[in-house]
Amino acid sequence: MSIFVDGTNRVVVQGITGRDGSFHSRQMMAYGTRVVAGVTPGKGGRDFEGPDGTTIPVYDTVAEAVAETGADASVVYVPPAFAASAIMEAADAGVGFIVCVTEGIPVLDMTRAHALARDRGSRVLGPNCPGIICPGKTTLGIIPGRMVAPGPVALISRSGTLTYEAVYHLSRGGLGQTTCVGIGGDPLIGTSFVDCLAAFAEDPDTEAVVMIGEIGGTAEQEAATWVSANLDVPVVGFIAGRTAPPGKRMGHAGAIISGSAGTAAEKTRAFEDNGIRVARRPVEIAGLVAEALR
Amino acid sequence: MNLHEYQAKELFREAGMAVNPGEVATSPEQAGAFAERFGGAAVVKAQVHSGGRGKAGGVKLAHSPEEAAAHASAILGMEINGLTVGEVLVCPIEDIATEAYVGVLVDREGQCPVFMVSAEGGVDIEEVAASNPEAIHRMRIDPRYGLLPHQAYGLAARLYDDPGLVRQAARIIAQLYDVFVGNGASMAEINPLISTARGRVMAIDAKMSIDDNELFRRPAVAALRDAGSEASADTRAREAGLSFVKLDGNVGCCVNGAGLAMATMDLVKYYGGEPANFLDIGGSSNPDKVVAALEIITSDPEVKVILFNIFGGITRCDDVARGIVEAVNRIGFEVPLVIRLTGTNEELAREILAEADLTAVTTMDEVVEQAVRLAR
Repeated sequence: MSIFVDGTNRVVVQGITGRDGSFHSRQMMAYGTRVVAGVTPGKGGRDFEGPDGTTIPVYDTVAEAVAETGADASVVYVPPAFAASAIMEAADAGVGFIVCVTEGIPVLDMTRAHALARDRGSRVLGPNCPGIICPGKTTLGIIPGRMVAPGPVALISRSGTLTYEAVYHLSRGGLGQTTCVGIGGDPLIGTSFVDCLAAFAEDPDTEAVVMIGEIGGTAEQEAATWVSANLDVPVVGFIAGRTAPPGKRMGHAGAIISGSAGTAAEKTRAFEDNGIRVARRPVEIAGLVAEALR
Repeated sequence: MNLHEYQAKELFREAGMAVNPGEVATSPEQAGAFAERFGGAAVVKAQVHSGGRGKAGGVKLAHSPEEAAAHASAILGMEINGLTVGEVLVCPIEDIATEAYVGVLVDREGQCPVFMVSAEGGVDIEEVAASNPEAIHRMRIDPRYGLLPHQAYGLAARLYDDPGLVRQAARIIAQLYDVFVGNGASMAEINPLISTARGRVMAIDAKMSIDDNELFRRPAVAALRDAGSEASADTRAREAGLSFVKLDGNVGCCVNGAGLAMATMDLVKYYGGEPANFLDIGGSSNPDKVVAALEIITSDPEVKVILFNIFGGITRCDDVARGIVEAVNRIGFEVPLVIRLTGTNEELAREILAEADLTAVTTMDEVVEQAVRLAR
């Protein structure tokens, strides 16, 4: 099974006419995702050309797209200046699941967007995330489909390329995935490790979970405590940034050590104290999962 | 992006806040003249993007203009946590009765601004938080309503008993919130907020960080960047759109994706090496970015080897390969280059590299082991 989305979602792409939006819309459609509409303000009424001669309608607003096509999930590829309002527009239109790929959104914009999405009951994944992929079923975002394979392992990660690295080794080792979720590298994200863990706990097909964390914040510690109290399947962890100096932002807006809580050492300890096996190198992740499943 | 104390104070003043006067000096003579204007006695404060200025000897009291000039002479050019002091702020000495702390920042957990206030100001607030957490009062602010008047008053009432002082502090707290939101800050802090013997409340120190993601729409704030306090490699990286952090080792790293870049540094350390930098060339990397990245890495004389770790997803390996070949031809460097390429258009990338007599391995562990060996 998969979490948050399944093959039945009707997806609207916000920013579909942009460079990234158009490229990844075609990728998603080629993978089998039901992209039913696109939105770009000022370009409503056009058709977007998908792969193999398919076309989908482009609307000026998300509300129109929802009314005309019944879209229930959205993927946002809108530039940073307008991305928070794109999220709020989707939430206001009643879209229940919103994936925001955009990196570089002002944090204060996101405080308002997250507050509104919570009020409307919409789940936001990201921002600054690669999205979510359910192998063989559907993909929302930018995770390349040919890297994944169906199977029993769930993967949750704050990083995009590190997700690919881990998935690559898992798939090569014959360990397919139920769902891979990139929760995003920003300090304020809509879906946390714990939200994902709680969803995977309800999924009978998930037999092991991989959590890929990094320096900054305390989300990994909260996840570790939750795992020990609530989760029956084994969990393997990895923390990036052991060599990161304090006070410096390591690429991701959220990856900055302030105080002792955000360090890799602190997070690794929290994982280990709660029964999570921690891989020292990305290549070890697949081996630890295989051992845990034996 | 961090602001200097005097820059933050200027933003505070524009919001109408009660802030003590001050003048920026770049020479001892100037500092002496400003002290004279303030009546002789003055405090001379290093303007540098580092905490612990006082402990490092960067803040000094002067009782005369001559002494102020002497202090300025000692502080200007001083190194504080690796940063050279180029400016001092000269302020009159205030008659301090009490010192409080007021700060506002973005709370990751609450996903909203949070105020922190304490009647125990003037000291390192992180120490207070560790030793006496009850002394700090926190209040989360709903970003849609902003700071409401009763909230500002409630925070101020945590600092003072006297109604006159509370009213003044509430006004300052409201102004601080306006400055915070109005300039796209991630943190704004007054430490200390003082009350004087004559019953005035004012800010005599200021600290502010701006969210880098806000700068594109705030040119006036972006113009406050002190490029002189930034290493030239940092400036180059910022202009090229690369995430870069200089470290102390000799293995230059060029990686796509922040998480993979951190994991690569960690792996260098795992195999007994020391990374020279963090560098993320980003998602859709064009050859120009790769060239810029190589120029930045090779400008560090400590670098003994350059390691590429590319996992092509969105990033196309052939783009990166073209960038590497172009950089080798354009800038030509002495240090060896080791490359790992996996993923999108990997085969094409290998052909491009082969034409330039370069090869690539397929795993991260292989490339890091090679790099560490070559750096010895």
